[in-house]
Amino acid sequence: MPDAAAHELERHERPLPSNLRRDQPLVPIDNVAGRALMAVIAILTFLAALSAGAAVLAARASEQWRGAVANEMTLQIRPDSRRDIEADIARAATMARAVPGIASVQPVPRSESDKLLEPWLGTGLDLVELPVPRLIVLKLNPGTGPDLAAFREALRREVPSAILDDHRLWIRRLSTMASTIILSGAAVVLLVLAAAALAVAFATRGAMAGSRDSVEVLHLVGADDDFIAREFQSRFVRLGLRGGTIGGIAAILVIALLGLLSSRLGAAPEAEQLQAMFGAFEIGWAGYGAVVLVAMVVAAISGLVSRITVRHHLRALAGGAP
Amino acid sequence: MVRFENVGLRYGMGPEVLKDITFSIEPRSFQYLTGPSGAGKTTLMRLVLMALQPTRGLVNLFGQDVSRLDAATLTAFRRRMGVVFQDFRLLDHLTLYENVALPLRVLGKDEASYRAEVVELLRWVGLGERMHAVPPVLSGGEKQRAAIARALIGRPELVLADEPTGNVDPALGRRLLRLFMELQSLGTAVVIATHDLGLMELYDAPRLVLADGHLHVDA
Repeated sequence: MPDAAAHELERHERPLPSNLRRDQPLVPIDNVAGRALMAVIAILTFLAALSAGAAVLAARASEQWRGAVANEMTLQIRPDSRRDIEADIARAATMARAVPGIASVQPVPRSESDKLLEPWLGTGLDLVELPVPRLIVLKLNPGTGPDLAAFREALRREVPSAILDDHRLWIRRLSTMASTIILSGAAVVLLVLAAAALAVAFATRGAMAGSRDSVEVLHLVGADDDFIAREFQSRFVRLGLRGGTIGGIAAILVIALLGLLSSRLGAAPEAEQLQAMFGAFEIGWAGYGAVVLVAMVVAAISGLVSRITVRHHLRALAGGAP
Repeated sequence: MVRFENVGLRYGMGPEVLKDITFSIEPRSFQYLTGPSGAGKTTLMRLVLMALQPTRGLVNLFGQDVSRLDAATLTAFRRRMGVVFQDFRLLDHLTLYENVALPLRVLGKDEASYRAEVVELLRWVGLGERMHAVPPVLSGGEKQRAAIARALIGRPELVLADEPTGNVDPALGRRLLRLFMELQSLGTAVVIATHDLGLMELYDAPRLVLADGHLHVDA
């Protein structure tokens, strides 16, 4: 610096102020637009996080159903006028007990199987004359698969009136339903993430248009496209993180509140239905993890999309000069 | 350092605003760029800064043809130049200190490494007391001095100043001119665009005169 000219101009020797830099972002983004974008991101994150939570809830519930149903089988003994049904039940039960992997065998007494018909036939009826099938409930040891083909074959030979139902059909249907719910949840999450990306892209374009002068000044003082893109990106990552955090926290609160309500109303019949459908209304750590992940992905998308948009815009500017 | 050969520029399908411009800027030189208002002085400066691309002719900067420059070299060349805009082009949401430090900040330098230098330069141009102020509350003269400080902070090899004394009183104008002369004697090439004849008479230097889109050198 030309020191000789220094005396010409005002010069005071003072210690340097320590708080010179205010850490202002170099590209100003309209605060109103910024807040609006943050609100949009928060709402989208909230919806995506709820969908992710619902998918996790369905996955957990379907696992519970499947576990409960798959650990049980039913032997049905059809009445046959030529055979003694009680003897058939005893024989089938004995055979079942001999199968490795079956933990317990519980023939349903006549009185209880009659009770199962009460809702349809009413009380006070004598069902002795009716050919009502009888059931034997078989509980399986978890993790061991008994040799069902051999068991079926033995039953067919010795107790031809017995039918073994291993609930496979039910399990398949439940799996399909649960998979549909999980896939729908995942699709909603993807759609919402795409909407967030588009919102950020439009907001970035708006911010770029509003900061055209600043961008040109930055270019002319020696900033490269990477630097400018980073400036925009850090601004939008911050907006995305804030919006994502607000939306994620709101979703966690709503899920926790629903769980609390369902446990408070546990005694009511409606709540019992809900419990039967979804198990305990509880998404567990995996569910909360999914919510947090959604919020983080939203923030990451905000940064990435703004960076790509800025780079694209800067390339267009460079190519568009006369 | 800078060489223009038969350079022409038109906007879109309009008439040529600059025609057959041929001149050069040598290292350590000092020249004025002058001409009536609207003659294209600012446009010519933007061509030197590569903010505009010529529609014809050859522009050679630091020994390279600019039509074949990649983005990284373009940025590197801009970092070797300092520019004072006629309308200052300070960023309104930043303080004067931040504005002047901008060319160093975009280089990714640590703020502590340039703080003393920026404050010194601000005090030197008489803005020591105003470094926390934002441009909208400053007078034209103060903005002008901040713009000059921003152009000089990166120790450029070439300074382009567009009407750098247009908003200051004659006394300060003379001091600023002396500052540019000082810069030149220290090895910086200086081009001052002005239509202030009084200023040009204070220090005799070659004049690039723009009129009707043509340029002639008045040595």
